[in-house]
Amino acid sequence: MTEQKYPIGQYPNLPPPKNSVGVVAWLRDSLFSNWFNTLLTILAIYIVIKTIPGLLDWAFFSADWVGTSRDDCSREGACWVFINVWFDQLMYGRFPEDQVWRIQASYIIAIAAAIPLFIPAVSRKIKTALALFLLVLFPIICFYLYYGGSFGLEVVETTLWGGLFLTLVIAVTGIVMSLPLGILLALGRRSNMPVVKSVCIVFIEFWRGIPLITVLFMASVMFPLFVPEELSPDKLIRALIGVTLFSSAYMAEVVRGGLQAIPKGQYEAAAALGLNYWKSMLLIILPQALKMVIPGIVNTFIGLFKDTTLVLIIGLFDLLGMAQLAATNPNWLGFSIEGYVFAALGFFVFCFTMSRYSQSLERRLNTGHRN
Amino acid sequence: MIKKVVLSTLGVALTSSLLVGNAQAGEVLDRVKEKGFVQCGVSQGLPGFSSTDEKGNWSGLDVDYCRAVAAAIFGDATKVKYSPLSASERFTALQSGEIDLLSRNTTWTQTRDTSLGINFAGVTYYDGQGFMVRKDLGITSALELDGASVCTNQGTTTELNMADYFRANGMSYEPVVFVKADEVVAAYDSGRCDVYTTDASGLAAQRTKLKEPNAHMVLPEIISKEPLGPAVIHGDDQFFDIVKWVINATVEAEEMGLTSDNIAKLLIDSNNPTPAQQRFVGTEGSLGENLGIDAKWAYNVIRQVGNYGEIWQRNVAPLELPRGVNNLWNNGGIMYAPPLR
Repeated sequence: MTEQKYPIGQYPNLPPPKNSVGVVAWLRDSLFSNWFNTLLTILAIYIVIKTIPGLLDWAFFSADWVGTSRDDCSREGACWVFINVWFDQLMYGRFPEDQVWRIQASYIIAIAAAIPLFIPAVSRKIKTALALFLLVLFPIICFYLYYGGSFGLEVVETTLWGGLFLTLVIAVTGIVMSLPLGILLALGRRSNMPVVKSVCIVFIEFWRGIPLITVLFMASVMFPLFVPEELSPDKLIRALIGVTLFSSAYMAEVVRGGLQAIPKGQYEAAAALGLNYWKSMLLIILPQALKMVIPGIVNTFIGLFKDTTLVLIIGLFDLLGMAQLAATNPNWLGFSIEGYVFAALGFFVFCFTMSRYSQSLERRLNTGHRN
Repeated sequence: MIKKVVLSTLGVALTSSLLVGNAQAGEVLDRVKEKGFVQCGVSQGLPGFSSTDEKGNWSGLDVDYCRAVAAAIFGDATKVKYSPLSASERFTALQSGEIDLLSRNTTWTQTRDTSLGINFAGVTYYDGQGFMVRKDLGITSALELDGASVCTNQGTTTELNMADYFRANGMSYEPVVFVKADEVVAAYDSGRCDVYTTDASGLAAQRTKLKEPNAHMVLPEIISKEPLGPAVIHGDDQFFDIVKWVINATVEAEEMGLTSDNIAKLLIDSNNPTPAQQRFVGTEGSLGENLGIDAKWAYNVIRQVGNYGEIWQRNVAPLELPRGVNNLWNNGGIMYAPPLR
């Protein structure tokens, strides 16, 4: 075999050595670059081998999927029959079966109204109208749909609400109400008016200073002791108010962080344009401040979403509570793990969605500061 | 631990001192009649005592006594609304009038009966703290547990009873405590401790959760008294009486051999019944009138809910719990109802 000769300066570029491209190179670079990384890699592989097959086997291969009672479960793996049988309870709690369509209808309305908001092609006007509908009209519709009592719908007491449905009611109410309240509190805390300022500070510090579990407990247990029974609102409403006030205090501090990050020049520029306080806030300061604290706001939302599980201590059964309740049925004892896994999955889906949405929002609204 | 106990005692004292207002005579019964249902506080899920099925219907021994009271007052056992309560809020819920009847596996103790301003209407289940061990340990008595590691729930009377018992018998032990029952069971099942202790009813229920339920046994010693029963608020003696006699009626019915199946026949075919049976179903005597409710109250309770034995069979027997002291007095137990006459 004769080597091909090239004129000087015309020699073609040779491919890189075999061990510096492709899989081998990637492995060397990322997993085995030095003895410590090699050790970590081997350890990680060991852990994966030890845990993943067992987990997969439990969750999928040895699991029982179809059936109607615990006898259909071999108990070698997960018994998803449990989730299957209890699915309606986990989703809607003890909401009467023939009335569940009311919850489903509200979900459909919410999704139908929300989808156009995520499509860039839809005009701004329609989006504003839909957003206003979702924020103002929709909660009223929901109230009548869920609670009933008019339009020929039978009353469904809030004690029957439960499962994922209740989790969503509490979380969405808390999220939607706490943001505006939090913004007002943040503005109030930075206000020059001493009364407004001190009221806001006291409010924020009070609600931040006590644990949510105490708030819920006070709302559910102590409140009825001081207030006559006729005057005390429904237990769920008390919990909703507690959750909202609690998270608005956190929200206020997040928003205040954003407000403080706005350079003084922006405030002065707004004043120089002749804008009054509210106009300068709404048009200049808040749009910038809120955009900056999106991660913090969503962080609070996610925390709030998960905190809703605490309503268990006041006898409301959210998704997690329902899973626990189901596992105490004498026919289904011993399936609490399946219940917990399902609840964890439910929470993860919602929290992860929120997190992804906030990141896409950040990218979309990114108009500077970073680049 | 001591701090916790002191704090909780303080809390109880505080809440009870806030509650000077007991119910007025007849107030609870009037309220119940006006509402048209009994608001009943139950547990948030305890196998055999209160739990829901796939359709969301409550069932269990505690739940059945809620239904029995409704059957006595309204002649309809379905006129009950349930408030699932956590252990910490159960008494305040009763004191504040949020619920009319507390039927939530609550131990009858002197302090609760007096300073909390509530009345226990009777005992529907005699429970007590027991021990569960692996069969292969070869232990047959709790007195052989010297040096054992014991899994239990944190901050409960269970923990204190256990300490008392081991000290009284001069034995050493190593406590392994957890907050939640599920954690305790998991720890015991994975071999972190030799012994698992909680109330006997709980042991039986938790046993079914273990990997090999048959490899474990409950030791014969019961080291504490835990009489569980429904409670009402101080002040309305009429309502108190109704709850008390509903419990007695279920026990008496079992003794008389009246069940939900045969009691209906008794009313139709009325040339046969004994005077005691006639008094019971209300065709004779004034038992209903004495309580201020329908003469057929006891009939309704038994017809719609069942006698004590039936309630037991339906709810507790599936947990494979021996009936033991909860048998009738003439059958080796201590379930005994004063005469209904």
